[in-house]
Amino acid sequence: MKKISITSDNYEFLEKVKQLSGEPITLCDQCGTCAGSCPMISEMDISPSEMLRLVQLGQEEVLDTKAMWLCASCFTCTVRCPRGLDLSKIAEALRQITLRKAVDQIDIKLISEEELSRLPQIALVSACRKFTG
Amino acid sequence: MGADKSSGKLKKIPYYPGCSLKTKSKDFEKSAVAAARILGIELIELPKWNCCGTVFSLAQDDLMHHVAPLRNLLRVQEMNEAGLLEGENRLLTICPMCFNTLKKANQRMRDNPADLETINTFMDAEQDYQGEVEVIHLLELLKERGVAEIKAKVKIPLTALKVAPYYGCMLLRPKDIAIDDPEDPTIQEELLAAIGAQVVENPYKKVCCGSYQTVRNKYTVADLTYDILTHAKKAGAEMITTSCPLCAFNLDDRQKEVTEKYPDFEGIPVCCISQLMLLAFGVNRGGDGFELNYVDPRPLLKRKNLLSGADLKTGAK
Amino acid sequence: MNKETSIMDRIADANKSVITGIDAKDIENWVMIHIMGKAYEVPSELTILQAMEYSGYRFIRSCGCRAGFCGACATVYRKEGEYKLHGVLACQTKVEDGMFLVQIPFAPAEKSCYDITVERYDPAVLLKYYPEITRCVSCNTCTKACPQELQIMDYIQSALKGDFEGLADASFDCIQCGLCAIRCPAEIVHYHMAQLGRRMFGKYGIPEELNLKKRVEEIENRVYDEEFQKIMKMAPEDFKTLYVEKQKEREVY
Ligand code: SF4
Ligand code: SF4
Ligand code: FES
Repeated sequence: MKKISITSDNYEFLEKVKQLSGEPITLCDQCGTCAGSCPMISEMDISPSEMLRLVQLGQEEVLDTKAMWLCASCFTCTVRCPRGLDLSKIAEALRQITLRKAVDQIDIKLISEEELSRLPQIALVSACRKFTG
Repeated sequence: MGADKSSGKLKKIPYYPGCSLKTKSKDFEKSAVAAARILGIELIELPKWNCCGTVFSLAQDDLMHHVAPLRNLLRVQEMNEAGLLEGENRLLTICPMCFNTLKKANQRMRDNPADLETINTFMDAEQDYQGEVEVIHLLELLKERGVAEIKAKVKIPLTALKVAPYYGCMLLRPKDIAIDDPEDPTIQEELLAAIGAQVVENPYKKVCCGSYQTVRNKYTVADLTYDILTHAKKAGAEMITTSCPLCAFNLDDRQKEVTEKYPDFEGIPVCCISQLMLLAFGVNRGGDGFELNYVDPRPLLKRKNLLSGADLKTGAK
Repeated sequence: MNKETSIMDRIADANKSVITGIDAKDIENWVMIHIMGKAYEVPSELTILQAMEYSGYRFIRSCGCRAGFCGACATVYRKEGEYKLHGVLACQTKVEDGMFLVQIPFAPAEKSCYDITVERYDPAVLLKYYPEITRCVSCNTCTKACPQELQIMDYIQSALKGDFEGLADASFDCIQCGLCAIRCPAEIVHYHMAQLGRRMFGKYGIPEELNLKKRVEEIENRVYDEEFQKIMKMAPEDFKTLYVEKQKEREVY
């Protein structure tokens, strides 16, 4: 297990995510309800609660994980969190930190013509909002 | 509220179709407009509407993505100022993603007058949005119209049809905009019962279908679809209803990918509630309206005697 | 202009009258404009294009028809004390005092390759070639940037709604200057997408123009060969006269 020592950099990152999400992130006490509710959990490398824990500890490496990109913004965790946290906003904050550096997660030009003719508008519009900056 | 029952005059309400109802899910719009009309409500398409963005922007500092939803609310305000709506201040949505986005954005503007002012200033070619429009969803309007009223219009009860309603996310979550109990919604069940259908309880009715992940991870979505549909079928469903064009795509069109992954899977049709209402109201469309479905519901409907012209003659307008 | 003039300024001034053939002393009204950050005093009656030439610029790009049709002379400017950024055609817009301007001769934008005769008349074709239109945030910046005053946001929205006719109508007067594409935060290439929309609408959305079809058939059946031959053999002077006469008969554009 890795030992973590908290520095001012860690606080800075935590503050940034707090600001972007507007959520009192430190309230989470790691009950795991979000992880148990998430429809995408089987695809994720870390669980939503682990993601939150890393943010609490100001670990920027959370940005290298896949969980937030698999989040479907379904708000299931949001309605179930006993501490009233909105994890979907925290995932959005993490996505935004990356997207605002102009690092896109999809290239719509690489989607096959067949898929582009099948997908409904709302799928593309929402995917562009969530995966491109 | 509700329609003017005595005079037979239609109650007007503006509605926001959204991009997908104009392209891939055309009959979601058509059938909703037709069903509402039978119930005494005239749905008027919002003039000059624009794409709402489909997802409510969750980042605190991101105001730009609320401009699109707000423009549409402004259109309702303008219609009212022009006296076109007889004071109706609600905007009806049919697509749940649009519902969620428009309602949340409206709420954020009401809760944060400073944000509203920033956007109003930014949209300098428009009048200011006052924050007075209410966003509602078709299911709410139908329920408000009343189960009894709907029952009264039924000519061909769908008694033979076993339907599992699917809700998805955007109508139920987050709590503050939900049209029903987020953990135990029943609004579709009530409406389906009103048109005589046999309602099948699906334990997966509010489990996310994967939403926009369908663009990036279509086989993950196919897995979710497989779970949702298999549970519904195990419970006895012959058909799924959903209000959402994206859920409809994931649950219906992605059955192609489901069959690739699970060759034994047998298809199940996905419709929206207003399509079924029209059937129950005895509107004979000769099977029209289902052309864009991936799994064709017509064979099932025919088997249940819900599509043959002869059966419909008595009820047809 | 009552200031001490350096030898360089005098040479520049002399050049001006050589280029333009106009003596500065004969001009009454002057305005101050800034071209790429450098100030120039120019006669107030000129268009931006003329004013730039007057100031010593020679156009290799950023100028074409000089008549508001080709879209080559796209220019953006702000005026002193204003925050608004304006997009105009340099050949169609008069200079105003306090303009800070720069030319945008070209917008880097990919144009998709397609064959409209094999595409289906289905809105999905717009997403197939220009999926980035789904990134529109309805900010309306494009509309504000357009020198043709087109309702660009509306035509992007028409495209999203799959309304070919709305798209074709609202974008009809586009001259492909590219200013919209330079300003759009969603990085959309409006005009190329709109052109695809117009082509699709023209081919599949409106009934075939029977007169045109008939005329093409006639030409193919060599009905006009004799007359063509006559024209080909005409003396240049006679041809000019004929041309002018024909022009008078109806407006061509
Ligand atoms: S639509 Fe775009 S390219 Fe066309 S004239 Fe307007 S700004 Fe120029
Ligand atoms: S500038 Fe781009 S994002 Fe803004 S309204 Fe126009 S097309 Fe949409
Ligand atoms: S030079 Fe052609 S439009 Fe101005």
